[in-house]
Amino acid sequence: MLVSLKWLRDYVRFDASPDEIARRLTMAGLEVEAVEVDHFGLESVVVGRIHKVKQHPNDHRLKICEVQVRGAMYQVVCGAPNVVEGQTVPLALEGACLADGTEIRAAEIQGVPSQGMVCSEKELGLGQEESGIMVLPSHLEAGTPLAQALELDDIVLDIGITPNRPDCLSIVGIAREVGALFGVEWSPPRIRLQQSSPPVESLASVTIEDPDLCPRYTARVVQNVTIGPSPLWMRQRLEALGVRSINNIVDITNYVMLALGQPLHAFDYHRLDGHRIVVRRARPQETFVTLDGRNHELRQDMLLICDASQGVALAGIMGGLNSEITNETDAVLIESAYFDPTSTRRTAKTLGLSTESSYRFERGVDPEGVIAALDLAAQLMVELADGELATGYLDVYPVPIRREPVQLRVSKTNRFLGTDLTGAEIHRHLESIQLAVRMVTDDVMEVVPPSFRGDLSREVDLIEEVARLAGFDRIPSGLPLARVNSTKPATDQAIRYQVKQILANLGFCEIISYSFINPEALELLDLTPSDRRRRPLSLRNPLSEEQAAMRTSLVPGMLETAARNQRQNNFDLRLVELSKVFFPKGESDLPDERLNLCGLLSGLRRPTAWNEPAVAVDFFDIKGAVEALMLELGITGARWETVETAPYLRPDVSARILVDGTPLGDLGQVRPRVAQAFDLSGDVYIFDMDFDFFLEKTETWKAFHPLPRFPAVNRDLALVVEQSVAAQNLLDFLEAHRSELVESIALFDQYHGDQVGKGKKSLGFRVTYRSPDRSLTDREVNQIHTEFSKKVVDAFKAALRS
Amino acid sequence: MKREIDTLIRETFGRLTQVDSASALEKLHIEVLGRKGALAGLFKKLGSRPESERPALGKALNEARVQLESALEEARVRTVSVPSVASTIDITLPGRTPNLGHLHPITQVGMEITEVFRGLGFEVVEGPDVELDYYNFEALNIPKDHPARDMQDTFYITDNIVLRTHTSPIQVRVMEKQKPPVRIIAPGKAYRCDSDMTHTPMFHQVEGLMVDKDVRFADLKGILTIFVRQMFGSDVDLRFRPSFFPFTEPSAEVDMKCVMCMGEGCRVCSETGWLEILGSGMVDPEVFKMVGYDPEEVTGFAFGMGIERIAMLKYGINDLRLFFDNDLRFLEQF
Repeated sequence: MLVSLKWLRDYVRFDASPDEIARRLTMAGLEVEAVEVDHFGLESVVVGRIHKVKQHPNDHRLKICEVQVRGAMYQVVCGAPNVVEGQTVPLALEGACLADGTEIRAAEIQGVPSQGMVCSEKELGLGQEESGIMVLPSHLEAGTPLAQALELDDIVLDIGITPNRPDCLSIVGIAREVGALFGVEWSPPRIRLQQSSPPVESLASVTIEDPDLCPRYTARVVQNVTIGPSPLWMRQRLEALGVRSINNIVDITNYVMLALGQPLHAFDYHRLDGHRIVVRRARPQETFVTLDGRNHELRQDMLLICDASQGVALAGIMGGLNSEITNETDAVLIESAYFDPTSTRRTAKTLGLSTESSYRFERGVDPEGVIAALDLAAQLMVELADGELATGYLDVYPVPIRREPVQLRVSKTNRFLGTDLTGAEIHRHLESIQLAVRMVTDDVMEVVPPSFRGDLSREVDLIEEVARLAGFDRIPSGLPLARVNSTKPATDQAIRYQVKQILANLGFCEIISYSFINPEALELLDLTPSDRRRRPLSLRNPLSEEQAAMRTSLVPGMLETAARNQRQNNFDLRLVELSKVFFPKGESDLPDERLNLCGLLSGLRRPTAWNEPAVAVDFFDIKGAVEALMLELGITGARWETVETAPYLRPDVSARILVDGTPLGDLGQVRPRVAQAFDLSGDVYIFDMDFDFFLEKTETWKAFHPLPRFPAVNRDLALVVEQSVAAQNLLDFLEAHRSELVESIALFDQYHGDQVGKGKKSLGFRVTYRSPDRSLTDREVNQIHTEFSKKVVDAFKAALRS
Repeated sequence: MKREIDTLIRETFGRLTQVDSASALEKLHIEVLGRKGALAGLFKKLGSRPESERPALGKALNEARVQLESALEEARVRTVSVPSVASTIDITLPGRTPNLGHLHPITQVGMEITEVFRGLGFEVVEGPDVELDYYNFEALNIPKDHPARDMQDTFYITDNIVLRTHTSPIQVRVMEKQKPPVRIIAPGKAYRCDSDMTHTPMFHQVEGLMVDKDVRFADLKGILTIFVRQMFGSDVDLRFRPSFFPFTEPSAEVDMKCVMCMGEGCRVCSETGWLEILGSGMVDPEVFKMVGYDPEEVTGFAFGMGIERIAMLKYGINDLRLFFDNDLRFLEQF
């Protein structure tokens, strides 16, 4: 809501500066978002004095004027016939913008430089006169901005009005608040009606068929109006509030709406069939053309204002093309009504039509304020359009809207706020905003809110008003007395944070990408047709195709993030994301939300440095990262399988992680084709895990193992086996057949080449022997190790490499 | 001979106090413990002693060796090693740093916020991102066709399922299951159908709720003041300003004195000197009624804040969209 301070001063007297007004309103819940100076479009137009006029040497129709502006003198070429020395004139300087949009620039006219333009009334949008330059009163000081000299400048506050305060969507509403906040007098506009016969009842009639959607409808008729432009003062006010001037009648309805908050509509009286107004719901298949030319198919719950034969306005939203005010209009029926907020909102939403009018009706106008608005508009039409006002008004109000009294307890107020306000203070605050207060007991008061405060219906609503008017800064700051309760540790959140930190320690940067996904990005992953990831939950109103559904996988977002980084020349990537994915369930069920953990490696293992050879990451970097994470989280017994890993991974460079038979996810190299589809260059390795399963396997409980007291003995075991034998199988066998004196078995070497023969490889294991209660002798260990070696050699038809 | 042993020990200890360099120490070591050193000389003499004395003298010599070795070793580790000219390194060459990862600033700030409230006895709870209209709106006193719905542009899945527009539905879910007292903090993602310089369609919020007997508006001010000062410094000025949220009454926006200009007015605070950081208020009785609490019995406050907003103020980040571009040059700064 824009509020002109000039206009505001019509209704309330205040001395405070604009900034102070803004501050007080803000602290009372009417947030002033900006304080702007409005120049009525006359920026860079100043008062100038014609010092000298000379003939243009190259064009006899033009003159060269020297225009004095305070200390400076401007040379301006001017073609107006009425320019003479000594005149006071409006001078548009470089940067000024004329009413028709022309921007003023220094130029050369027929070979003579011109530094601005002396303007006519019409060129400045100040009137219709265009035959010559505008001559200003001579007492105006040269150099003064024209808007200021003509008192057309204004200060405009931009106030954010919350949905609960429709009473503040008007200048009078703000005046009322300013009056209460500063303790000063305020008053609504005074109206002295000039009515002339005949009585309105002989000219028109109103019938409400659906009073549930229209509790009150009032109207007046003004005849013999002259359509024309509005006077300058009204145009200035409307434009300061961002409303374009149309003609005097339409401007008056807008003016009154802005002044009082009551939207009005003016019908061309002669175009209303039967001079009747019928307020009813739309009929089946009824259509209606609003004055913006759009044709609407109406639903039967939409309220329509009709004449004797057809719809003439969408109630509270927009009038119809068939009854709008034109230059030929000579009589007007003014509508001032109260329409049901919910119905207005639903209709406006459904038809996609939001207007200043619907905005106010949706939030609730003052059912008792309709007559004042009707009268002000009628009187202005008499004054500004030479209209003749019919006597009386039509008012259909079958069931008046009553405000119920609300009880307010002083004790409750203070207990709720933590204050010690007296009954008298509370009383004073409530009365300052027009609430009728009656003390019932020392503690209880009965409060009747005014008709324009539909938001005050409960005790707590009144407590809020008291707090607001007393000032939130006057409420002390305290600390609650709270019972100690045993807060459960935030286990999941803590583990997630721990996982992120472990990964950060492993060099990963955490990313957070949108939960949305482009369903087409999923198609790039080569998923099988039956894969449920291909059927994401769709948004009904996405912002774009890119964000049309909820993601079922973190992989596309991860690959897109990597590609975006590569475009920025960030090539060495270690990224990770821990976020939710979404799988639809039934139509009316919430989806299954699961946490996934996705990581990506690409580029060099370590940043290039003087002492680091450039080494690209490989499969074992990503696997090692996952192994380290599992180690930290106490996840043991992981199995790595190559079957049926994710289709976007290279089948030969990927693995599925299983723990106790549960697949936790896949990792490996992204297929080059998939990487290219995401505009990625280089080898890209990724892991993608179901974090909820991952969590289930996590063992955060740690048990201490006493440190060994006796020395360990190491023996190496180098086995030459077929290439196809997986290290994991050998390790499994060794683990399964180990003596109890074996402390650990670690794979430390892999070799294939001439020394072991074609199709073979050698795997080196280091076996550590230790006894908890004595030092082992070499002989003892040699014997066990030899037996151990023999078992594995026999089982795998392996050879021992010496 | 016993005397000779004692003398060697005494002299060596005496010379040790004079040693001021590794080379001097090395020299001493050779003279005393070297193969042709003083101690070795004494061992040689052992053979020329009468057989009856040898065991005792041998024992004394061995003890002397242990004593001297440990004294010299101790002196060695305490003496700065000065590398020889041949092995001099250029210590100004960059060191070998491990790969350093980073947590996303949203994670860091979100954790910081929840930790402040956990310290105040609030429990962390979470809820679904895809939410029923009932929890997101209706139970929070925002009926269908209410203008307050305009305050939040909503992504719809169906008529009754939405992407939560705030993390406030979590408070309803908790209150439905738990009797007062309730003290919770609920972080998570939220979604609004809006994308421009200052809005992203997804963002992060933290919602807080405290319900008990006699929780007062003054307590809301106290708790939030503690929070803001723990996040931004103990001398930060705050103001509470009336506002409107359908699920609180009274409602308050919390502004903090601009951290960029110290209240002088700058671009960050739109020349107001104040920065909006939190929405808050006393829980509206209608919300209590929806979950079966008696508003005459208990009162409470709720508050919510955008994690991005707090992070932007904390780090001076000027573009919201950076959080979701995930450019390494951004992430590595935190």
